[in-house]
Amino acid sequence: MYPHPFSYHRAKSLAETSKMLQQLGEEARVLAGGQSLIPLMKMRMARPAALVDINFIAGLNGIQSHNGELRLGALARHTDLEMSEAVAAIPILHDCAAGIADVQVRNQGTIGGSLAEGDPSGDWGATLLTLETSVTCAGPNGERSIKLEDFITDAYTTVLGHEELVREISVKKPPRNSGGAYVAFKRSAPVYASASAAVQLTVEGKDICKDIRVVLGCVGLTAIRAKRAEDELRGKKIDGKAIQRAAEAARETAEPQSDMRGSADYKRALVAALVKRAIGIAVRRARGERVEAGHEYVGR
Amino acid sequence: MSGVEKILVRVRVNGEAREAEVEPRTLLVDFLRENLNLTGTHIGCDTTYCGACTVLLNDRTVKSCTLFAPMADGGEITTVEGLSTDGRLHPVQHAFAECHGLQCGYCTPGLLLSTVHLLSKNAKPTEKQIRKAIAGNTCRCTGYQNVLKSIRMAASEMEKR
Repeated sequence: MYPHPFSYHRAKSLAETSKMLQQLGEEARVLAGGQSLIPLMKMRMARPAALVDINFIAGLNGIQSHNGELRLGALARHTDLEMSEAVAAIPILHDCAAGIADVQVRNQGTIGGSLAEGDPSGDWGATLLTLETSVTCAGPNGERSIKLEDFITDAYTTVLGHEELVREISVKKPPRNSGGAYVAFKRSAPVYASASAAVQLTVEGKDICKDIRVVLGCVGLTAIRAKRAEDELRGKKIDGKAIQRAAEAARETAEPQSDMRGSADYKRALVAALVKRAIGIAVRRARGERVEAGHEYVGR
Repeated sequence: MSGVEKILVRVRVNGEAREAEVEPRTLLVDFLRENLNLTGTHIGCDTTYCGACTVLLNDRTVKSCTLFAPMADGGEITTVEGLSTDGRLHPVQHAFAECHGLQCGYCTPGLLLSTVHLLSKNAKPTEKQIRKAIAGNTCRCTGYQNVLKSIRMAASEMEKR
């Protein structure tokens, strides 16, 4: 399968990328890992007239832990993040990185590309919304830093201008008594999840939930913050009943559509189960336990 | 349109410098098969699912149907043709032959490279790690039991060396 013809431009710096995008006009697009864009182009669902390849820009794939903040270069591949000890220090990030699609796609796909695409089924959006995350964007007029909740505005839509691109993602490290988990359920490894749940919570004393964020993936036009589910736990004792109420609230917050990945009812039931599981794992991790979590599929 | 724009792509494939002028939209798998005549890499689904087109690019597996050839420019590629040395099979190839891991053979080139990649990073993979490593390689004819057996054998044979 061949995409529609396009002209190819290889950028050597961010400044050159912006300049090329400016010169090439609205029909030009940025090519990072290409694991979403290339399939879309092959199916002719996307037909950009020009591509600006940023894969040859040096220094855009760094992973640095600095002053309580994790800085992830836009071109960091999912595999780089999966293998990084600095990333593993925030377990929810490792859950996400280690289970996106399959090895081959993780070797090529980038975190910056994933966020810039704004796919409602993308794993990074839901995961990173549970943390204090900001996106540093570079454009012809310099840089700006945008909170992730303000960055993605709609399905496949972000606030990025045409000549702007993601340079770095900054994540504030959660406190020590905090734990998180990302749980996604998919039909097989290479496909997008049918639903996913990301939870980050802070435990006070033995079992009081000091703070919590619950984000649902694949069940709306963007990843959805399930605030009512959070309210069922914030400031309260974490027990089976409270977790059940939070899962119920998440089920009501979800706005899934029926498609080949399942009916809307199925996805609601699924997302509630995933929220319940993610909370349980997050609590255990907040208490210092090592627990495995991540993407689940048949045959894993 | 005034003629089709072509660009030069230079790579090292299986240790040999190769180049061709291609349209930018040329997929890496087609570049290998059509321009470089290396037809060992297969096109299966052509939709980033099945992994029959898996090759090593700079020591990492990629689905060559999901890369434009210019993205690999300057890169080091290993295809199934590059696994054997002096007519002797790579231990992973030998294990697949011994354990009937080839089955119909269509997904084999991709599975071989995913296995080589796995064992280069992890000499003693657990069953779970093996399954995760080949989750992006689909067999459409038979199943995975003999494939798993082959990978286990390859790991233990390579361990002995």
